[in-house]
Amino acid sequence: MDAAKQDHLLHVEALQKSFDGRHVLKGVELGVPRGSIFTVLGPSGAGKSVFLKCLANILQPDAGRISFDGHSLSPADPGGRAEFRRRCSFLFQSNALFDSLTALENVALPLEQTTKLTDREIRETSLEALRQLEMDDFRDHYPGQLSGGMQKRLALARAIVTHPELVLFDEPTAGLDPLRRNAVFAMIAKYKLLFNFTALIVTHDVVEALVASDRVALLNEGRICFEGTPAEFSASAHPVVCGFRDSAKALDNALEAIRQGTRAGSL
Amino acid sequence: MLYLLGRETLHTAFGFGDFALFTGRSFCSVVKSRRLRRRIVRAVYEQGTVCLPVILIVGVFTGLVLGLQGYHVLNRFGSEGLLGTLVSLSLVREMAPVLASLMLIGQAGSALAAELGIQRNTEQIAALETMGVNSHGYLVAPRLIAALLVFPIQTALFVVVGFWGGSLSGSLLLGVDSGVYWSSVRRAVESQDVRECFIKAAAFGLLSISICAYQGFHADRCRSGTGAQAVSASTTRAVVYSSIMVLIADYIISSFFI
Repeated sequence: MDAAKQDHLLHVEALQKSFDGRHVLKGVELGVPRGSIFTVLGPSGAGKSVFLKCLANILQPDAGRISFDGHSLSPADPGGRAEFRRRCSFLFQSNALFDSLTALENVALPLEQTTKLTDREIRETSLEALRQLEMDDFRDHYPGQLSGGMQKRLALARAIVTHPELVLFDEPTAGLDPLRRNAVFAMIAKYKLLFNFTALIVTHDVVEALVASDRVALLNEGRICFEGTPAEFSASAHPVVCGFRDSAKALDNALEAIRQGTRAGSL
Repeated sequence: MLYLLGRETLHTAFGFGDFALFTGRSFCSVVKSRRLRRRIVRAVYEQGTVCLPVILIVGVFTGLVLGLQGYHVLNRFGSEGLLGTLVSLSLVREMAPVLASLMLIGQAGSALAAELGIQRNTEQIAALETMGVNSHGYLVAPRLIAALLVFPIQTALFVVVGFWGGSLSGSLLLGVDSGVYWSSVRRAVESQDVRECFIKAAAFGLLSISICAYQGFHADRCRSGTGAQAVSASTTRAVVYSSIMVLIADYIISSFFI
């Protein structure tokens, strides 16, 4: 194993996944360095969520190899999968909170079901996680009684309560306004420092991702077409990167063309 | 045509096999599941306490109707004294286990299928699996164990209120001697009838709750739609399939006891 691969907490080789003959992932290659915030960017429908669900074993990849901390995560190795689940958390786009459980019960759930802690220890650990995410005043609220941002924080509290080494974030800012998007990325960066986990985020929010991430990759048409630092991404001349990065500018140009057309009476 | 027939046959065979694996996996997960007792208590409440009023109402009216119809049939032969026998054997052997199960399917089973379907749709089940929680052990096993407790108890209550219903219509409204009615009830019901009643209740409970749980748990496999449509379709299938299976199982179990 080479040095770079050894430094990767998560390593993905030639990952493929298709649905009814439609190839969504066509050989994804990726290495997530230990302790980093790694963001996978890509347009909607590029296969980002499918990629993340293959990593979390929610979907079974058709081909390829995933290794976590040097251990293969193949279906033939249930022990490796169990170890991965123990050391990894997943933050769903929809938060996937249990609506029949209170905030405290939601956070306590993974501890109750996967550890041998006593009821008192579970309560204390869960309350501490809620406190760190400034949610302890809402411990008895049900998810339906909380705002979108609070639900996101609650989902993060549940994700970190088991002290995972890797947290997978599926579109953590989907459907949020720009201010809340900033707040979510700031929250990830803050708690990443606090709990020292490795974060793998998939999103299409370029600006926030470039500010908050240590490394970024661009997933396009089922393949990683760019991987590097945010500075390298900003300077890249790769046509897909340019197209994705300058999408706001392209919109501006298109709007300007429409305005000019209107002025000239062509519309 | 042949292709369609073959495809549907394979699909049905796959469904039965998958259902058997699902039920087996859910029972096996009891061993590994943590803090199961609390969830069993909650499931007993959902299936038992919540459904109790319906069971009592249907039980009383079944007894009333049996008393009324039975009286008029027996009256033709001058055998009104056998009303207690007719009401008690009808209730214990057939009506109580079947009707109580159908009521529980309508209330607790449909609610379970809808709840699991929504949990599947909103990725709550996927979330459990990513947390390393056994979703069968957490969501299904407590409901199956609760069904083994609740269905026989609810059926017994159905029988008791049904006897009172029969007494009400037969003795109070139609004039059959109350002592004759209750003594024929006591003489008619034997231990084998009670055993048959409880075996049926436990089997129907297990069958119907596992079918409802299976349909809700796999709402994402629905071929007729996604989202809310899939939840609605899986809930309907849960109620229809489990009702049919209860009636089939009733025939099979009855044939062993006769």
